[in-house]
Amino acid sequence: MNLAKLVRDGLWTNNPGLVQLLGLCPLLAVSNNFVNALSLGLATLFVLTVSNLTVSAIRNVVRPEIRIPVFVMVIASLVTLVELVMNAYLQTLYDILGIFLPIITTNCAIIGRAEAFASKNRVLPALIDGFMMGLGFLLVLVVLGGAREILSLGTLGQGLHLLLGDAFEGVYWTIIPDTQGLLLAALPPGAFIGLGLMIALKNVIDRRVKQWRQPSSSPVAAAANA
Amino acid sequence: MNRDLISSPHLRVQPSVRGVMLRVLGALLPGIAVCTGLFGPGVLLNLLWCISAAVLTEVLVMALRGRSWRVIGDGSAVLTGALLALALPPDAPWWLPVLGGLFAVALGKQVYGGIGFNPFNPAMVGYVVLLISFPVAMTAWPAPHLAWAADAVSQATALDHVRTELTQGRTLSEIQLDPGFAGHQLRGWLWVSLAYLAGGLFLLQQRTIGWQIPLGVLLGMGLMALIFWGVDSDRYASPLFHWTSGAAMLGAFFIATDPVSASTTPRGRLLFGLGVGALTWIIRSWGGYPDGFAFAVLLMNILAPTLDRYTPTRVYGTGRRPERP
Repeated sequence: MNLAKLVRDGLWTNNPGLVQLLGLCPLLAVSNNFVNALSLGLATLFVLTVSNLTVSAIRNVVRPEIRIPVFVMVIASLVTLVELVMNAYLQTLYDILGIFLPIITTNCAIIGRAEAFASKNRVLPALIDGFMMGLGFLLVLVVLGGAREILSLGTLGQGLHLLLGDAFEGVYWTIIPDTQGLLLAALPPGAFIGLGLMIALKNVIDRRVKQWRQPSSSPVAAAANA
Repeated sequence: MNRDLISSPHLRVQPSVRGVMLRVLGALLPGIAVCTGLFGPGVLLNLLWCISAAVLTEVLVMALRGRSWRVIGDGSAVLTGALLALALPPDAPWWLPVLGGLFAVALGKQVYGGIGFNPFNPAMVGYVVLLISFPVAMTAWPAPHLAWAADAVSQATALDHVRTELTQGRTLSEIQLDPGFAGHQLRGWLWVSLAYLAGGLFLLQQRTIGWQIPLGVLLGMGLMALIFWGVDSDRYASPLFHWTSGAAMLGAFFIATDPVSASTTPRGRLLFGLGVGALTWIIRSWGGYPDGFAFAVLLMNILAPTLDRYTPTRVYGTGRRPERP
């Protein structure tokens, strides 16, 4: 198994947020600011990594007929773990994220990786795949969340202390000073428009790279160039 | 009338996009003139900012897409900018029309592939983005004034005023006696509406637009208003009030008739118009925003393909009910 390919797939080529378009519900709903996005991204990263590891480890014990319920049980216990830990140590953040923590269980990106990759591969590749997919999801969340916060409030990282502790109270960057803010960016349409633009940007980059690697090799590329 | 005697072959003029857009812009002139007279030079500034932003965005996006920028010559970006500008409050800060023009052309039109491909009315996309993002700046209309006076006061529009006062538990007959309301507001907006109506009738006479959508909008709005006004005239305004306030006339003749995003079959257009009118009335009467025209148009834009699908025109020579594919 080519490990470099796993890294590339998770972060770019098969990114859960930009290419597979899985787990859109939390991706769109929680990305209204940087800290929320980062927190949910980290929680998803943890669950995805450990669930891939577990599913891969038990893949020869579980009968195929009951594999889906078993996967769900594994994921649900991990989510419960994350929920209890966050409720204990990051109470405010736990309240802000609300329903979007427990529904990590139903995030298709996670069960998708369990079914499509972890249940068919050995432990180490499954672990790396889970981590890289989680990281790819986290990056999309953070970029979208950051962009929406900058546009709607003019700041980046407000409420960082909720995640990192009281030492970070009041620590955030002011990107656009004295802005009225584009309220739309913080509202649900802002999430859809933002994600749409990110996907478009990724496609443009992919196409440019492809053209740059093999200049006008196909007639279609030549036509697009002209 | 010796027109009937002319025999074929006839010389036909192929309507160009540019010609249509110019005619619509021309038909807007009476409305622009009356608005400028009532609300001051801010209207013209809005037009300038909005059109510049819309055209510049179009040029930029065309360059990004690797197409010729000359396409702006068709005038569609100019018209989008003009329609949006006329829907904005005249005292708006300069960045409001600029942002609106940018969003209208970039998000409303170009992301879908430019002219002819946009499922939503670009001007209304720009308007809704602004209304949602800056509700305070977007609802601060000055009172219409019959001269270029300096003492123009900013106050709620007729629609806004009726809405706020109704929620305070007052009745319409009381509200209409408010100082400044009956005189200023109603007469001012009546003039604006009449000017747009004149432009709209010119477009109808020129056959630039069909009669179905404008009639549908006014009927849909009027019927809803008539029913509820008839039942309870203290809580619901009259059809005439709805027709002559807010974006009703501008919308019915200039905005809802956008040939790209509206329905394309004759019956479909009538239904489209009825839907826009009824939804506008519903949003005005029960919704969260004073005028609902933009939302109504966008909602009906979503329905337009479905309307087209179920209202096919009969092909000449076939039966009344052609089999559906």
